[in-house]
Amino acid sequence: MVGALGILAAETAGAPAHADVSWFVRSAWLVPLLPFLAAGLILFLGKRSPGGGAPWGIGAVGASFVLSLGVLWHVVQGGAAYEASIPWFAIGPLHVEAGILIDGLAAVMLVVVTSISLMVQVYSLGYMHADQRFTWFYVVLSLFTAAMLVVVVSNNVVQLLVGWEIMGVCSYLLIGHWWEEHENSSAAIKAFITTRIGDVPMIFGFFALIAATGFATANIRETTHAIAEGGEVSTAFLAIAALLLFGGTIGKSAQFPLHVWLPDAMAGPTPVSALIHAATMVAAGVYLVGRLFEVFVAADPAVLTTVSVVAAITMLGAALLAIAQDDIKRVLAYSTLSQLAYMVAGLSLGEEGFTAGFFHLFTHAFFKALLFLAAGSVIHAVHSNSMREMGGLRGSMPVTFRTMLIGALALAGVVPLAGFWSKDELLVVAYDTGTTWLFWLFLATAVVTALYTTRMIVLTFFGSYRGQGHPHESPPSMAGPLVALAAATAVVGFLGAPQLGAVFGKWVYVGHPHEAHVVPWIAVLSTAGALAGIAVGWLVYRDARGVDPLAARLGPLWRVLERRYYIDDLYMAAVVLPVRDRLSAAVVWVDRHVIDGAVNGAAWVTRGLARLVAWVDRHVVDGAVNGLGGLTGSSGGLLRYLQSGNVQWYAVMLFVGVIALTVVFIRIV
Amino acid sequence: MTWENSAITITTLLPLVGALVIALVPKGQDRLIRGLGVAVTGVALVLAAAIAVGFDYAAPGLQYVLDVRWIDAIDARYHVGIDGISMPLYVLTFLLSFLCAIYTWRYLPSPGRPKAFVALMLLLETGMAGTFVAFDLILFFVFWELVLVPMYFLIGIWGSDNREYAAIKFFLFTLFGSIFMLLGFLAMYFRSEPHTFDILELQAFAQAGGFSRGFQVVVFGAVALGLAVKVPMWPLHTWLPDAHTEAPTIGSVLLAGIMLKMGTYGFVRIALPLLPDAASAYAPWIGLLAAIAIVYAALACLAQRDLKRLIAFSSVGHMGFVMLGIATMTEIGIQAAIFGMVAHGVITGMLFFCVGSIYDRYHTRQIAEIGGGMLQKMPKLGSTFAYVAIASLGLPGLAGFWGEVMALLASFRPNETLGLDPGLFRVFMVMGGIGTILTAGYFLWMLQRVNMGVLPDRWREAPLADTLAIEWVSWTPLLALILVLGLYPRLVFGMTDEPVAALMSLFGG
Repeated sequence: MVGALGILAAETAGAPAHADVSWFVRSAWLVPLLPFLAAGLILFLGKRSPGGGAPWGIGAVGASFVLSLGVLWHVVQGGAAYEASIPWFAIGPLHVEAGILIDGLAAVMLVVVTSISLMVQVYSLGYMHADQRFTWFYVVLSLFTAAMLVVVVSNNVVQLLVGWEIMGVCSYLLIGHWWEEHENSSAAIKAFITTRIGDVPMIFGFFALIAATGFATANIRETTHAIAEGGEVSTAFLAIAALLLFGGTIGKSAQFPLHVWLPDAMAGPTPVSALIHAATMVAAGVYLVGRLFEVFVAADPAVLTTVSVVAAITMLGAALLAIAQDDIKRVLAYSTLSQLAYMVAGLSLGEEGFTAGFFHLFTHAFFKALLFLAAGSVIHAVHSNSMREMGGLRGSMPVTFRTMLIGALALAGVVPLAGFWSKDELLVVAYDTGTTWLFWLFLATAVVTALYTTRMIVLTFFGSYRGQGHPHESPPSMAGPLVALAAATAVVGFLGAPQLGAVFGKWVYVGHPHEAHVVPWIAVLSTAGALAGIAVGWLVYRDARGVDPLAARLGPLWRVLERRYYIDDLYMAAVVLPVRDRLSAAVVWVDRHVIDGAVNGAAWVTRGLARLVAWVDRHVVDGAVNGLGGLTGSSGGLLRYLQSGNVQWYAVMLFVGVIALTVVFIRIV
Repeated sequence: MTWENSAITITTLLPLVGALVIALVPKGQDRLIRGLGVAVTGVALVLAAAIAVGFDYAAPGLQYVLDVRWIDAIDARYHVGIDGISMPLYVLTFLLSFLCAIYTWRYLPSPGRPKAFVALMLLLETGMAGTFVAFDLILFFVFWELVLVPMYFLIGIWGSDNREYAAIKFFLFTLFGSIFMLLGFLAMYFRSEPHTFDILELQAFAQAGGFSRGFQVVVFGAVALGLAVKVPMWPLHTWLPDAHTEAPTIGSVLLAGIMLKMGTYGFVRIALPLLPDAASAYAPWIGLLAAIAIVYAALACLAQRDLKRLIAFSSVGHMGFVMLGIATMTEIGIQAAIFGMVAHGVITGMLFFCVGSIYDRYHTRQIAEIGGGMLQKMPKLGSTFAYVAIASLGLPGLAGFWGEVMALLASFRPNETLGLDPGLFRVFMVMGGIGTILTAGYFLWMLQRVNMGVLPDRWREAPLADTLAIEWVSWTPLLALILVLGLYPRLVFGMTDEPVAALMSLFGG
């Protein structure tokens, strides 16, 4: 943010070297700056502004969206990558800059973040209109958007880290937005701490990058180049650095084993889930790998294999969990885990998978935001998250139904919606690169995805209504964004359609532009898989009434799914409670009894010595002078004097000690 | 007498003069006394700001120097001056003292007695400020010890229930350490040729190889012991939670905000440059104690039930990061340490202000008795508290981040030319990283239990007033500084870059 301010200064000074670059690209620093200024404006003036400050936020992100389109246009026209920076601060040899790095990847991400944020902010006008902290909600939403955009445009890892962590704190604030409920604030803490567990290794990975340049710079291109080129860096160092960096992805993108926070994060308002916990922030982990891709490619192949394995576990494991959820948002949350894993797995396939992974990030952002906002519309109408209290809403909420159906079909991978194209591309790349096991896993997960998606749609919109009251369609401020996102979901897939030239691969790639191609049998197979999943879902759930038919059939396995494989229970019992309650108590015990015990013991010994001296003084010295007897009565005063802890007395004693010690000390040294 | 050579003296001693003036004011003049406190600290702050503005940050060495004869019998000189290492701490001293004086306009803990309270506060200010500009070991020691007395009385008279134990413990602990430090100073005096207490001359003497390695190891041990108590380094920290918990609010603010930094500053200003060989030898051990302090303090914080004690323990951890930075013996590490000192002063000082005001409302510091829901009743105070706590857990973009992350970065590769083992320091780095996770844990848990949830019935009718105007006045500068330092760290790094590079050149790199 301040970085952006600085670039303003640099730009006004004139940058003729980039005269051929469009104004939009040179002004890309404005994209994060506008929402940031809006956040400050709403914070201080929001309550006194019309609309509770929300128009500021919407206006700012709207302007950022337009600017982002301008930036993307530069990329579409085949413009080169652009980097600009100004000095931020220096510490010893390390010169940290504030700057922007705009390439195809960044440009696409800018459009994704600003467009989804715009939709979500408009939608929140309706969804949050009665909220007592409406203005504050818009402050944090705007701040989050700014932070995410800082991450996207950063040309160095220090600035990226600043945006990264501010996103994290905004996520914390928004998950805990309704902090009156203990459950919500606990979910917020869980999210912050779990992601931080991933962030710490990532920061160490950044250190490795910086160290590879001899602590000279934190610039992304220079550091990744320095570490990937080798030089002084050993292969082991490189591999460890890459794995450490991946820690950030595991945390932020909620991959196994740090996935546990995301389902709980559904405690936040639904627009937040759509923006932060589906479309943008959680995708930042994937973006991180993409930004630092050179490191991962140059490292030992075992690193990318590890990435594949983590993604594979998350992909199928989370998809299975989605089947057993009753809370509609949790179905979508596990779906998000699974879909993020698709992206990560795509990147793990190397340069070919890079484009496919990011294409899936791109399409997923639209259809998953759509699904969440549609789910929010349903929740808004029935006042419950539980699908037991939904059903039959097809008639009463036609707009929500139709748009959510489009989102669901896209998620299930039905042609020609967005999800089909990106999933198909991932399958093709897995096949082309000979990663057969991942190919079949993609396919298997796609079947499960179609199954749980169908289950969700059926339980929500078909059958008869099981909840309270008379649900009705949401207001235009909410329905409008649904329609817009549904339209996007219907068309964005074509950007990667090989039949239409797959232009996405010309924008986002490493090495050389990505050439997508059609493998007919794969397209047929994936469509068959999706249809199979849908068919099974329809057959199992079309007559479901409250109780899940699979629960009885799966028996104990269902229980395992309901308990999320017992992973959360394990963390609670093996890490959280022992550290929070027992280890901390042990430390305090040591502090009080061992360390302070030694201190108080020393004081006790000193007092004892003083008493001894007094006794000697009284009985031996005085005794010799005055003879025995008759002194016991008057000696108490001195004793009390010593025991009372009189400071002046101690001070005198210590000062005498100093002089004595000084003499000794000087003699010996 | 010019401004150039008298500015430091005037500024530093002004509060002392103020204290004497206040001693002459009749007892009943409560408002006048408090007003004088604000006026004196305010003028001193303006003077300190003038020094900072007039300082040439590009020039090497000391500025605003005054070096005159003082106590001839022991060759002690009145040598004061300021450089980029002292500057941020010096200015922070005057800023925090001024804000404390404003705060005192409304809050004076039982048993009252404004005259003594304000006078002691001013005395404390002179002592703390003097420590950062003294370039003669005896002068340094005088300022160092001068701090002890007013703080002892502030805790012992205006403290809470267990104040006497805490005050005595604070006094004896610190005095115990200072004695060894003084011994070290004396040893350096007698060993130097010609005998001198002048820090710069001793530095030159040490550079010329005047102090043998064995001598350095012994003397460093003595000096470091005195400094370590003040920091406080683990395991010499147990006076701190007691002193903080019992001290009145402004006592805690100044204790955490400035006094702890006297210890870490002493390492950078005296122990390292005067005893360089020993510093390298001790560095791994200092790093170890620092890393232990980070994890240990964070764990201890998780178990605290008293809000103020929790913040006090958090200081032990934060100072651990400062010491870890110093222990790396690198430019990045030492600059990180100085940034960490300033950031901790601003943030933890502010946290103690918050806790003081919370106590003023609830009349309890027990987290369980407060019982949550503070944001419902006092949204402004609650939000302020949350903002500062989040700054304290090291969120990037706020002040707490840079000192910690740069200290960890320095640990990634400590000064290998001095024989420091990167493997060992990476273990410390990992411990520090774990510490940051635990720190986030205890602060967020604290916020959950104090700020969030539903207000308990017992407080529903209680007259809990949200943040008052006088509180905003005394807090706003700190709240703004937390953000400004976070976004623009050059404010401090720009000052420390040159002098720290000069310091490290003493180590041949």
